[in-house]
Amino acid sequence: MADVDITSQTMDGMGPHGTKVGLLRVLGPAHVWALGVGIVLVGEYMGWNFAVGKGGAYAALIACWFAGILYSCVAMIDSEVTSTVASAGGQYTQAKHIIGPLMAFNVGLYLVFAYTMLEAANAITAGYLFSVVAQMTGHAGELDQRPFIILVIMFLAWLNYRGVLATLTFNLVITAVAFLAIIVLFLSTSGILGGGIMDHAALFEGHELPYGWIGVLAAMHFGLWYYLGIEGTTQAAEEVRSPARALPFGTLAGIMTLLIAATLTWYVCSGVLPWEFLGDGVNGSVAPLFDTARLSGSNALVWLLGFGTLFATLASANGCINDASRAWFAMGRDKYLPGWFGAVHPRYRTPYRAIVFLVPIALIFALGAPLDQVITFSILSGLLGYTFMPLNIILFRRKWPLETIKRGYEHPFHPIPAITLLTLCGVTFFAVFLGYGTQLVAMIGFYIVVSLWFHFWRYRFVNRGAQFTMPWPKPRGY
Amino acid sequence: MAHYQPPKQGKASQLIDVVVLVVLTVGALFVPLWLNMAGAAKSVTNPATAATWEALGQTPAQAAKYEALGYTPETAHDLILARFDYSFSVGALVTMIAVILLYYFLILRFSEVEYREVISEKFGE
Repeated sequence: MADVDITSQTMDGMGPHGTKVGLLRVLGPAHVWALGVGIVLVGEYMGWNFAVGKGGAYAALIACWFAGILYSCVAMIDSEVTSTVASAGGQYTQAKHIIGPLMAFNVGLYLVFAYTMLEAANAITAGYLFSVVAQMTGHAGELDQRPFIILVIMFLAWLNYRGVLATLTFNLVITAVAFLAIIVLFLSTSGILGGGIMDHAALFEGHELPYGWIGVLAAMHFGLWYYLGIEGTTQAAEEVRSPARALPFGTLAGIMTLLIAATLTWYVCSGVLPWEFLGDGVNGSVAPLFDTARLSGSNALVWLLGFGTLFATLASANGCINDASRAWFAMGRDKYLPGWFGAVHPRYRTPYRAIVFLVPIALIFALGAPLDQVITFSILSGLLGYTFMPLNIILFRRKWPLETIKRGYEHPFHPIPAITLLTLCGVTFFAVFLGYGTQLVAMIGFYIVVSLWFHFWRYRFVNRGAQFTMPWPKPRGY
Repeated sequence: MAHYQPPKQGKASQLIDVVVLVVLTVGALFVPLWLNMAGAAKSVTNPATAATWEALGQTPAQAAKYEALGYTPETAHDLILARFDYSFSVGALVTMIAVILLYYFLILRFSEVEYREVISEKFGE
């Protein structure tokens, strides 16, 4: 084995980027969990229910579990690779070292768009929530949601600007509250604590699979929303104290938490809300857990799930700003984007220019596009990223077999998770095609155009050898 | 292999690069919306013949939930009866598959060329 040990406490894996000030290494496994689950948990509070609209309640459950398998593969693959790539940028940095610069540029953009769109969706939901609270507390007429959308994005960007430890500690607390709120709602409405209000059999009667099996396939599109963003844990790689231990631990604990939360959410909501209402996230149930609490008749549950929804949206938007800015920063540092973005704040040690630059981008989409379209843009970018991951792990194992680099975590049964992931991505592409084929083609057209722009123009500003920053041996076959 | 020295990029050129990326991004995401090609809209193809829960295909238990949510058969009509249209043409499906395969082929091919250059410079020939 080469003298390369990313699990060493004395060698953190950071490469020579030539920056005078680096990001601060202050995070632990709990922060990684909070980053991953914090981004995703909002998916249980809103958005997943579009899967019900696509194919009915049973279709959403099947999509929930198949998407769970997809993301378990993502988490396992990501944990292995990222336990050796302790650098900001996550999958972008992985692609740069394993597949090549153009792939890395594309992956970096997938990350930025997936997280920025998700941030916009969160802000829209937070705005909606404020309007509902205003109505419930006696406000007459329609509340203008735009100031609240802007305020949410600006406040969280400011928090991110000021430092990563406070940002993710904030996420840890509000994510834990949001997760516990789901557990309390389940216990309260299922009959375990007090009287139950669920009636799955009566609500499903005559509507078991309203679109047949093609509806099950179509539901896979929004099935991703139950878990989208868990891969964002890797963005913290340059800021955790022990990347080889904290990243796999935080990521795998995160996906386990989400599998529980997603199944409970489906069970609770589909047992209380009629499927047509539940499945329409624009005109029907924008925030299904909150709506379920409203039907419970308990004011305490209404307030708990109201705060749960708000906390989940804030935690997600917060994590998205963190992750999108790290990916943008990492690309700037490598000159894939203008080098101006590769700066670290001299006092707060955060990628402050990237954070500030992405604020108006998020606002454009939060204020200018409907929720389902914003979610779809995020899912499409995420899906393209998941399709990259099987290729990434297969090439990683081929170029650096297990005996050449010590991993902090080795995922089992290779290549079965990679093949499973690729197959499920194919199914999801078909699901997206069924409803949003135009966006899919438009988005891939965009990536083709920017790929040509990068290859023939932008790449001339990139220092060839210096972008390979990991202390790895030469890859096999080169 | 000779060490590649990238040119220094001026501030104006950096600004133009950012503007190009932002314009392309906003265009890719908003043009389908502006052209009403975003898809995924539901429509009511079989309206109910009467304004009753039975005519909307709801059992008494399901109707009770809608009433608890504040709906009447009239206000819930479109919400309950709107459906997606999942019909598609094989040609459109083949086109989408071709576009996806072309895209991945393109980036993997170009990436490999760039990657060999990186490895060559980093580790020597």
